[in-house]
Amino acid sequence: MLANLGQLFRYRALIQSLVARELKARYRGSALGVVWSFVNPLLLLLIYTFVFTVVMPGAHPPELEPFALFMFCGILPWTWFSSSLLESANVLIAGGNLIKKVLFPAEVLPIVSVLAGLVHFCLGLPILAAFLIYYRVPLWPTDLLWFPVVVATQLVLTLGLALLVSALTVHFRDVRDLLANLLTLWFFATPIIYPISQAPARVRRLLDLNPFTHLAIAYQEVLFRPGPFAQVNRLAAVAAVSIVIFFVGYFVFDRLRDTLAEEI
Amino acid sequence: MNAIEVRNVRKVYRRYNRRKQFATLKSALLSGSVMRDLQPDAIFEALKGVSFDVEAGKTFGIVGRNGSGKSTMLKLIAGIGKPTTGTVRVNGRVSALIELGAGFHPEISGRENVYINGLMLGLSRRDIAKRFDDIVRFAELEPFIDAPVKTYSSGMYMRLGFAVAINVDPDVLLVDEVLAVGDESFTHKCLDRFAEFRRRGRTILLVTHALDLVTRFCDEALWLDGGTAKAFGDPRRVIDAYLMDVAGAENIELAAQYPEKPDPGSRIPDPGRDPADMFQANEGRWGSREVEITSVEMIGASGQPAHLFQSGEQVEIRLHVRAHQRVSDFAFGIGIFNAEGICCYGTNTVIDGGAPDELAGEGLVIFSVEALALVDGTYKLDVAVHRQDGAPYDYHRLLHTFRVKSLRKDVGIFRPPHRWSFSGGIRMAGL
Repeated sequence: MLANLGQLFRYRALIQSLVARELKARYRGSALGVVWSFVNPLLLLLIYTFVFTVVMPGAHPPELEPFALFMFCGILPWTWFSSSLLESANVLIAGGNLIKKVLFPAEVLPIVSVLAGLVHFCLGLPILAAFLIYYRVPLWPTDLLWFPVVVATQLVLTLGLALLVSALTVHFRDVRDLLANLLTLWFFATPIIYPISQAPARVRRLLDLNPFTHLAIAYQEVLFRPGPFAQVNRLAAVAAVSIVIFFVGYFVFDRLRDTLAEEI
Repeated sequence: MNAIEVRNVRKVYRRYNRRKQFATLKSALLSGSVMRDLQPDAIFEALKGVSFDVEAGKTFGIVGRNGSGKSTMLKLIAGIGKPTTGTVRVNGRVSALIELGAGFHPEISGRENVYINGLMLGLSRRDIAKRFDDIVRFAELEPFIDAPVKTYSSGMYMRLGFAVAINVDPDVLLVDEVLAVGDESFTHKCLDRFAEFRRRGRTILLVTHALDLVTRFCDEALWLDGGTAKAFGDPRRVIDAYLMDVAGAENIELAAQYPEKPDPGSRIPDPGRDPADMFQANEGRWGSREVEITSVEMIGASGQPAHLFQSGEQVEIRLHVRAHQRVSDFAFGIGIFNAEGICCYGTNTVIDGGAPDELAGEGLVIFSVEALALVDGTYKLDVAVHRQDGAPYDYHRLLHTFRVKSLRKDVGIFRPPHRWSFSGGIRMAGL
């Protein structure tokens, strides 16, 4: 397993090229091209702003103004997380020809999905930054140092789950549909469109079991809430869990590797 | 040194039945039967313990029928998939021409695809940059290299795939039937590349149905049949053994396909038909039936009824005849037609000068051919018993099919027994 992980390093140029290809191919033929990566989150943010300032202005605690921006801090990373997992569920089957006909480590494919999602996430950040500046949300300078740590934690977590999901889908095709519904549930079980403080204490304990809860809160702390980052312990715990999940995911993938070419 | 070592390789594929495929995870979880559902319903043994070595620098051919395990073997050697038991060892870098351009993405340019494909095959970015011009030149795609691959014709696509794979410059090249596609000139180019490979002492493993390629190129060959090695060694010997076996199987198949036609009650018995029409007529049977041909057999050199013969083989055509009444005006005829319906040969006892005396009860007519001087192909037989003026008692029109096999690829219909000889300043071996 560790040898395979090491071997993966040799394929970094391939991973890099495939991510670039993924991004290029996605917008090839569309008039706006890569501009969509900026426009998509922008439109999303405008829609949320419209809903929470015009349609239902009183649905959230007043200290979380502008609320759309608060939600956006969670939705942007969530979009990366969920789209990566959904894509990973498909990627081995879609790339079946490759896995059956070319010798190369199959885990490259889900990893590419996750990294392509990361690039999209990063392309959405300028929009977020522009709005943070526009609304004059005070940013704590030391918080910004924590931001890459949070992103890295999410990356490890997402990679682990993506590996797990991609390998399992090959054997159990209904993981795909299961996953789509699970992600909807997961979204609402994460304090993204509501602050964690609004959840009743009993539910809160359940929410705390969800690793993405802590990631979402960390994003909100770093980007939105005033004051220094105070979630170091939570973040450390999530990082530890993420690393465990990554190794579990890689282990499962590695075990199923030899059967992939036959089952696709 | 051996480039490839295959030891007792078995490969078992598991098959699950339909119900279980539908059930999958949900029911597996609900009924707690994950482990049971993971048990396959049937196993298919694609390879049943195959061992062989390929010496470094040799060109090695694998032949066999569809489904004999050739491609499975190739994939195991390429490292795509692992043998169920046994070991496969390959010394050096492998490149597999299994499916050309398997990793191409249609939306991006040929240039980018070359890079990505090369990286997948294990080249570094620098390697590819160094070989890029060679690759494009070989693929003859200079003007199109920056166009998206989806605009390529299938030939262009394939050429690019081949060009990348061959430029990986592997120690061991695995080729699976990729030469079957592509035009004549590109095939020649590929063969030239293979020859160059051989000269540089690289190992090539070729899986193909093009048997002449194996005899021409390979130093050794393996014949796989139903997952076992049937023959191994000198390619000419292996191919001959394989062809003999195929011929035998075809014989059985032909016999099943063209059973001796019983009296076809529904088949247009058309007694009034002018026999002069026989060259236009489709298959069928007609005649007044005072005399009947009850069955037709062809006997080859083996002495057994057969439908498949080697070109030049001694053949007997046997007509079993039954007369329902005594006749004195009768003649027997034979016609051989090729698949295009051209009459290769036709004669009857009148033409050959026979004078009929009496035909009563049952009898056997044997038409002996000393050497069946026909080229490779499928042929049909007309047999008839008729009056001397041609009015048929029983005419079988193209009802009997046989096949002629030949290892030589000569053309035409008729192969006269022949010999080449040379004199003066001409030297030629092999004839």
